[in-house]
Order: sequence, then structure tokens, then C-alpha cells
Amino acid sequence: MKKRSNLRGLLLLITGLLTTVLLSGCDSKFVVFDPQGPVAQTQYKLIILSAILCAIVVIPVLAITVFIVLRYRDKPGNTAPYKPHWDDSKVLEILWWGIPIVIIVILGGYTARDTYALARTPKTAVTDVKPVEIQVTSLDWKWLFMYPEQNIATVNYVHIPAGVQVHFELTSDAPMNSFWIPQLGGQEYTMPGMAMSLWLQADKTGSFYGTGANFSGKEFAHMRFNVTSESQADFNKWVDGVKGKSHELTEAGYNELAIPGKSEEQTFSSYPTELFDSIVKKNGGHHMDMDMDENNDDKVDTDEQKSDSKNAHDMDDMSDMDMSNMNSSEMNHK
Amino acid sequence: MQHAIDNGHSQHAAGSHDHGHHDQESMKVLGFWIFLVTDCLLFGTLFATYVVLKGHVDGGPTGKELFEIPGFVAETFILLTSSFTSGLAVLAMNKGKVNQLIGWLIVTAVLGASFVGLEINEFVNMVNEGAKISTSAFLTAFFTLVGTHGLHVSVGLIWMIGLMVQLKMRGITPVTRRKITVISLYWHFLDVVWIFLFTIVYLMGVM
Amino acid sequence: MYASIKSFASSFFVTGDPLIYGADVSIALTSIAILFVLFYFKKWGWLWREWLTTVDHKKIGIMYLIASLLMLFRGGVDALLMRTQLALPNVHFLQADHYNEVFTTHGTIMILFMAMPMMFGLFNMVVPLQIGARDVAYPFLNSVSFWLFLFGAMLFNISFVIGGSPDAGWLSYPPLSELSGSSGVGENFYIWGIQISGIGSLATGINFIVTILKMRAPGMKFMKMPMFTWSVFSSSIIIIFAFPILTVTLALLFIDRYMGGHLFTMDGGGFPMMYINLIWMWGHPEVYIVVLPAFGIFSEIVATFSRKRIFGYKSMVFALMSISILSFFTWVHHFFTMGSGADVNVAFAIATMAIGIPTGAKVFNWLFTMFRGRIRLEQPMMWTLAFIPCFVVGGATGVMLAVAPADYQYHNSYFLIAHFHQVLIGGVVFGYLAGIYYWWPKLFGFKLNERLGKYAFWLWNIGFYVCFMPQYALGFMGMTRRVYTYGWDMGWGPLNLVSTIGAFLMGIGFVFQVWQILYSVKYGERDKTGDPWNARTLEWSIPSPPPMYNFAVVPVVDERDPFWEEKERRNFAPAEPVPVAKLEPIHMPRNSGIPFIFAACWFVAGFGFVFGWNWMAFTGLAGVGISLLVRSFTYDTDYYVPLEEVIETEKAAGRAV
Repeated sequence: MKKRSNLRGLLLLITGLLTTVLLSGCDSKFVVFDPQGPVAQTQYKLIILSAILCAIVVIPVLAITVFIVLRYRDKPGNTAPYKPHWDDSKVLEILWWGIPIVIIVILGGYTARDTYALARTPKTAVTDVKPVEIQVTSLDWKWLFMYPEQNIATVNYVHIPAGVQVHFELTSDAPMNSFWIPQLGGQEYTMPGMAMSLWLQADKTGSFYGTGANFSGKEFAHMRFNVTSESQADFNKWVDGVKGKSHELTEAGYNELAIPGKSEEQTFSSYPTELFDSIVKKNGGHHMDMDMDENNDDKVDTDEQKSDSKNAHDMDDMSDMDMSNMNSSEMNHK
Repeated sequence: MQHAIDNGHSQHAAGSHDHGHHDQESMKVLGFWIFLVTDCLLFGTLFATYVVLKGHVDGGPTGKELFEIPGFVAETFILLTSSFTSGLAVLAMNKGKVNQLIGWLIVTAVLGASFVGLEINEFVNMVNEGAKISTSAFLTAFFTLVGTHGLHVSVGLIWMIGLMVQLKMRGITPVTRRKITVISLYWHFLDVVWIFLFTIVYLMGVM
Repeated sequence: MYASIKSFASSFFVTGDPLIYGADVSIALTSIAILFVLFYFKKWGWLWREWLTTVDHKKIGIMYLIASLLMLFRGGVDALLMRTQLALPNVHFLQADHYNEVFTTHGTIMILFMAMPMMFGLFNMVVPLQIGARDVAYPFLNSVSFWLFLFGAMLFNISFVIGGSPDAGWLSYPPLSELSGSSGVGENFYIWGIQISGIGSLATGINFIVTILKMRAPGMKFMKMPMFTWSVFSSSIIIIFAFPILTVTLALLFIDRYMGGHLFTMDGGGFPMMYINLIWMWGHPEVYIVVLPAFGIFSEIVATFSRKRIFGYKSMVFALMSISILSFFTWVHHFFTMGSGADVNVAFAIATMAIGIPTGAKVFNWLFTMFRGRIRLEQPMMWTLAFIPCFVVGGATGVMLAVAPADYQYHNSYFLIAHFHQVLIGGVVFGYLAGIYYWWPKLFGFKLNERLGKYAFWLWNIGFYVCFMPQYALGFMGMTRRVYTYGWDMGWGPLNLVSTIGAFLMGIGFVFQVWQILYSVKYGERDKTGDPWNARTLEWSIPSPPPMYNFAVVPVVDERDPFWEEKERRNFAPAEPVPVAKLEPIHMPRNSGIPFIFAACWFVAGFGFVFGWNWMAFTGLAGVGISLLVRSFTYDTDYYVPLEEVIETEKAAGRAV
């Protein structure tokens, strides 16, 4: 009896903890459960869907486990049937191979749908609003944000207009990191020598938590940044303020910024226009150009070249870059 | 080392295996086959790395500029011939002719050694031209892949010399027979790997 | 002169941290104590003859077990250090770089130097006994594997006090792990520690495949093999396909660091993403390498303690084999966020979910083995019952992680941490502990104390949920892994504190288990029958502990649970005399000191490479070569145990001769 009450205590504890976790999901501190943009919204729905589908299997299994253990204990006087040679049942086997297959098919379908949906350049409801371009570089151990259209730069904080698509272009001039703003959407790696695309959008104004998610060395824990979503007018005002007040980021200034160390929030009124491209190129984007010049007749490299030329093209004309182009170039390097 | 049913003759006729040394030795050959599977994967991974990094020359020399056709063709012929002579060695072993066996092994080893010599010569020339392991990702992958094969051949040479001494001391016994079988497997395997190297690294490199 | 010695020493030894000085002192004291005992009681000869040179799979298994428990202690201390640091916001218990070292060594040790050797220990202790063999296929190679593991583990562990520990995470992603990101020797220790023990693991994989293929007792067809043997077989197949990839990957990283290569560097055309792909091509199958044997253990225990045949044997075998194949096609799910494109992500997401199907089927088969059985809640069965709910929930969160777009929100967060600890502790650790409790009486001849075991069991289980359930929540709160500190602003404090309490409960559970072992050595319930659990497979038909040659007479098998069926037959016709088989001299392998020396030479070579001392590295490698040649020239490798000795041993064990 004592054992059983222990078991019950344990089960109670588990359910208690799970309920706490699920209920407190409404609290805004649970950033993943508090989507503030379409990407995060899609991912949130998938999380809930997958949790429900899993629960369809998990809960009955737990119930069956408890039932079987209670009913078939080896106690004198236990009247439950005992069939030591009963070890096969086609019906049952089909059932428990079949149900998970059905669930995986459903979940796989949704996964495929949303993976393809998120990999496409999102279509805006308001078609005439031009997306904002932001080039993101992860450094040791700080984030550099550059606005090519406004020609301003910030460190460890970023402003975006609400209701407008933001195209983050990600690279790294340090060991790989990962760019994550949970309330706006899932993360993507920032990798040296690669320019990756991440489309996010904040529906409303607000202040969001952003962080580096992939370990990159000593002070990784301090790679946090704040995302401020504000109205287009406020955003424009902020840009003007930055242009007016702060000093500019020079080549030398960048090299100093890239030295490993923590950093406070910083603001720059301008930066060298080719800075982002040169960061990508110097960390391996470079060799891609060499391929094109020297191995033109090399058949094996054809695919690579295609993507490289796309890559080069995209670097010239950032505004019509789409994610699938970048992705295909990554794939070819695997 | 022993087989479970070594002494099972009397009571357990059920397992009508071959017993004794023969069984043990064949088990070792099986193990060596599995080892070769793992070695295949080892080379497979190196090949994959090489193929991915082939274009990453970073402004340094490419394969087309570096590979010299007479050199790697000669290496190929020498290694293929040594594979053939190691086959002749096994034939001699099966006929029970220990001196002939040792003779063919010596020919194989000499060919293997000249292969290694040529390869070292090739590497030295490349380094003198400024194509070092630290020049570019392509060259690191190249030296690693070809060097790993060369290292395998070199280890095989030492091993082969050890076996020749053992043959001289003990003649052809079930144990030495198994050892010769195993090293000839190893030698043929290295030959097959070289054919891939020849095609993927050298031929496709100069094309 | 003095100054140069001083500067060498300050870079050679790790300095500046009271914890490390404490470790220095305790390591020195323990070593002196061990040496003193060995000298004082003149135990050197005994140690050398009985243990260091042994080729007996049972002794090798026991040594694996002891080493893995020590490593569990080390990795556990690392875990507690981390949890202490994270218990509250802004704690200054560990500095950033020290914390980074601790989580790196925790992960590496727990997977490679705790789970792997504990698994190999169980392979060694059980498989030959279960298939009716007198040893593994290659006993000498088996000893080589063990010593390579041990010296590799030692090389990795001394980095704590000499030279500095690795600090780039347990998989050492470049370019962080390249010279540009980690200029110290820590990463070299990582590479060589794993490389040396990895060669041993590969050899063990080959060894057990051949053992299972060739050394089964006559009549034991494939579909009559015990489930644990099947699981070892499938795990070994994964080993031989996965470990070569690890060997190459680490070698490539070392070439970058040692010879200035550019495979994975940021400059020179290097391609770090290649490393990440390669390491996970090994890393994901590795997870299944360690978990499949745990599945096998549960299958044995569930059948024994339900007094019923395992349910759906064929479907269980099919599930094992399909998991071992599928495990090679899921590695990309560790980096969906690398942007490999929608096609790749979808393919790998679905392959990952597909693994859930055979795994789920196994859970149902275990449940229906208990259904209509008679369940006895002894220690091995308790761990098995704790495993089922834990693993089911952990598996479900795994399926959730496999949903690629959702993974963008879980990746690198504490949700991921909670998931893999739940499957690795709930699956692997609970499984191996269940296995140890189950086979302990077979190997040592006494049971482990029940009362202490129950305390440990409840501490572990409650501690587990208290520790890891909050971490799922922390993931949803945006807490990323590998942060050494955090502020008050995110509200992560309370749940982290709860989690830390849970970790310490598990720590106390481990202390109870150590106490349980020590207590039971003296007071444990002795087992004279050889079959304390009323079990089903061949290993229980021989005395405990088994004689050096295992089976005086090799058994003939004609059904799935041979020992159980034989007991049934005897109960059915008790009057029929048990036939006494005729004994014969037994052919056994000789002990050899070469494996120990061979592995020690690897250690020397590895140490030389770590510090870039070529004279030492190549001396070590020469030693490796010479050991191999000496072995090649050794022809006297086996002998016959005389008949009188066999009869003597059998009589002493109370068996009819």
C-alpha cells in the first residue's frame, strides 16, 4: 500500500508541475506562448497542435500503464487472469503500429505545409508597404544591426516599425550564433561567410526580448538585445534622431567593435555601405568568386556556381533577395 | 579465443560445426571484413569532405595546376601491379610453396614501397611549389585524404615485413595462412580505395 | 632557470581557482593512498595478474562498470556545479570561462565516458552468458578496447588540473573550437581523449557483432536470441557505421589545429558547417547506440518480473532493427535552423518523427508483456516502471521538436535541454541502472540492499521531475542553454531554483546508491541458486558468480526462453533425473599485458599531441607499433583448463558433476 501511495504522490507531482507550466503559459513571461507577429503565430499554433497530437498517445499510455501495474500485481488472491504464454496478437500489433503512423502522417503534413510557407517570402496584406531591410552581424559578444536604406547602425538594440515586414539578413564575424526574438518568431543561425534571410514582423508596438541562442564563447550569456516595435512615424523620428545626434561607424571603428568583449547599446549615424558584404566575403564568401573565375569548365561545380552567382547577384541587389535563393546556396555546400 | 563448442563433440552433436583452429581463424577473417567496412566509412567520410571542399581554394592553386599526370599514373600502375602480385602470393600459399609465397610478398612490398616513395616525392614537390596543407581548405582536404591512404599503405608494409619473418620462422600453418589472407584482403582494399582516389581526386582534378 | 620552470608550471597546471586546487589536493591524496595500499599489502602482482592483464569478459565488464560509476560521479559533480551557479540570478559562484568548461566536460563525460562504458560493461557482463558462450569472439581485442577507453577517459579528465579543460561545448563546433576561438590545449584534450577511447568503442562494436553472429550456443537461431542480445547486436551495427565518422571528424579538427589546416576555419576557405553535419552524422546515431541496449534490458526485466513471455517478440526485433537504420537519416534535425531549405528540413523532420513509430510500438509491447502477467516490484522492475512514463513523455517532446518550424522556437533553449535529459536519464540511465540491479547478483553473487535501493530510487525519480519539468517551462520563457548567468528581468529565477533542488535530490540518490553497494558487499543477501529472480535466459542457469569458463558444458538451445522452459519441464516431471553431462578440459584464452601497455602508449602519444611535444607523441606512437608487432609474434595465446580444475570449480559452486 505504501508503495502505491508513493506512486500516486509522484503522479500528482508530475501533473501538478505540468499544469503549472501550462496554466502559467498565459503569463507574458512565457515569450514563446506570446506571439506578437505572424511567424511566431504560425509556430505557436504548430506547437499547440503537436502537443495535442502527442497527448492523444501519451495520456492513454500513461493510463494503461497505471491500470496494468495495479491490476496484475503478484499478490496472493489476485483474481486477474494470468496467461504466461500469451505473447502475440496481430490485432493489437496493427493497432499500435497503426495509430502512431496516422498521427505522424497528420503531424508531418502540417510540418511540411508550414515549413514551405515560412520558407517563402511572405506576402503582405498591405502590398504597397515596402519591407524594412536590416543586416545583422553577430560579433564576440554583441550584435551589430545595420539599416542599409537608412544608413544607420546600432549595437545590441534594434528598432522596427510595427505592422511592416522586416527582412533580417544574418551573418557572423565570429563563431556561429543564432538570432532569436521568440515573440516575433523562431531563430536562425548566423554563420560566418553566409548571408541568411529571416523574415519577421511585429503586429503591434511593443518591446521584445531578443537573444543569441547558439553558444559562441566566453561572454555568450551577455548577447542579449532589445527589440522595439513602434509606429512608422515614431520609427522615422527615431531614424532622424540617430542621423542627427550620434557619430559614424568607420572601418576602423568596426574593427575595434569586432574585438571580443561585451558591449553596451551603441548608435551610429552612418556606416561604410559595403561593410556587410565585405564581412560575408572575408569569411568565405570570397572563395565562391574564385570558383567562378577559375573553374568555369568544371562540371562538378556547376551547381555551386549557379548558387554563387545568385549569391553575388543578391549581394548587389538586396531588396529582391528571397530566402529560397540563399537556402539553395547553403544546401550546395553540404 | 576459443569457440564455445570446442569440446562439444561428445554430448552435443546438435551443432555440427567445424571445430578447432579452423573455426577460430575463419572467425578472425570475418572480423577483419567488418573492420574493412569501418575503414570504407572512414575513407567515405574523407571523400565526402574532399568533394565538398574541392572548390574552396581561397585564391591558392587548384588541382588542375598541381596534379602531374605522369606521377599519379605511375603510382596507379605500381599499386595495381602490387595488388596482382599479392594475389599471386596467396595462390602460392594455397599450393603450399612457402618460398614462392615469401618471394611474391617481397615483390609486393617493394612495389608498395616505391608507391609510397613516389607519393612522398609528389607531396614534397607540391610543398616546394607553395601548395602546403595550410594553404587552403582544398589542399588540407587533399593532403588528408591522399595522406591517409598513404599511411594505410605504409602500415601495411611494416605489417607485411613482420609476416614474412613469421612465415620464415613457422612456415604455412592455419594461423599464418589466416594472417596472409587478411593482409591480402587489406592490400586489395587499399587498391580499390586508390581507384576511387585516382578517379575522384586526380582524373576529375585535371579534367 | 627557476623563472622558466615557474612559467612552464603556471601554463602547464591549471591555476587560480580554489575548486581546482581542491581537486589537485584530493587527486594527489587519492593516488598516494592507492599506491600506499598496493605497496603495503603487496597487491601489485594480484592487480597485474587478475585485472590489468585479464581477458575475461566478466572482469572487463566489472572494470567498465567501476570506471563508469566514477565518471558518473565526475559528470554529476559538474552538473551540480552548473545548477548551483544557475540557482538564482546573478550568482558569482563560477566565472564565465569556468562555467563553459564545466558544461563542456559534463556533456562529454556523461555521453562518452559514462553512458558508453556502462553500456559496454553490460555488454561484457551479459552477452556471452546469455548466448551460452565462454567468452567474446576476440577476448584480447576486448581487453584492448577497455584499456583504450580508460586511458582516453583519463587523458580527458586530467585536463581539469593540467593544461585546462575544453570549453567549446560537448560537440566542439568550429570555428569556436579552432585555434582562433580556443587557443589553449583544452580542445586537444577533447580530441585525443575521445579519439583514443573511440577506437576502443569501434573495436567493441566489431567484437560483439562477431560474438553474436558466431558464438551462440548450438540451436540458438537468430529468432531465438534473447532481446538484450538483439539490442546489443543492433547497437553494435550502429557503432560500426557511426564511429568511423567520429574518428575522421575529430582527426580533421586536429589537422586544422595542429598542422594549420583550413577545413573548418573561418579563413582559408574553411567550411565550419561541414563539421556540424559530420559530427551529427555520428552524434545522432550515438544516441541510439546508448538507448537500444537499454530497451533490451527493459525487455528482459519486464518478461522476468511479469513471469510471462515477452509480448510481440518479432515486432520488437523489427522495431530495433528499423530504429538502427532510421537513426542514420535524422541528423539534420539538430540544426534545422541552419537554413538548409524547406525540402531538406521536411525530409528530416518526417524521418525523425518516423522513429517514434517503432519506439512507440516497443512501449506497447512492454505494457502488454505485463498485461495478464504477475508483476513483482523488485528493484530492476521499479526502474523499468519508472522508465515507461518518463520515456513516453520525453519521446513526445522529441516528436514536438521534430516539427521543423516549431523547432525554430525550441532550438538551443531549455526545452531542448529538458527533452534530451528526459530521454537520456529516463531511458539510458534508468535502463542501465535497472540492468545493473538485475545482473548484479549474477556477477557478484549477492543482491543489492532493497531498502537503500528504494531510497535511491525515489530520490532519483522525484529529483528528476523536479529538476527537468521546470526546464521545459524555462525554454518557453526564452532561456537559452549554456548561459552562465541571467538577470532578474526575465523571471527565470524561481523555476531555476526548483530545478537546482531537483538536481541535488538526484545527487543524494547517487550517494545512496554508493552506500547501497558498499553496504551490500558486507550485508547483501547471498544467492546460492544462481537464479535469484526466477528468470528465463541462459545466464541464470549457471552459478553466481559464474566460473571463469562460464559454462562447464555448452548448453543446447531449442526455444526462446531456454532456462525458463527447462525449469517448467522439471516442475512437470520432477522425478526424472537431471542428465549429468560429461566434462572435458576447456579451451581458454591466456591473459596478456599487451593491451594495457598498448593503450598506455596511446596515452603517451595523445598527451604529446595535446601539448605539441612531437618527441613524446612519436615515442608513444612507436610504442603502439611495437606493441602490435609483439602481439603479432606471440603464438602462445591460449591453453586448456585441466579437467580436475573444472570438476573442482563446479563442485565448489554446488553443481552436480
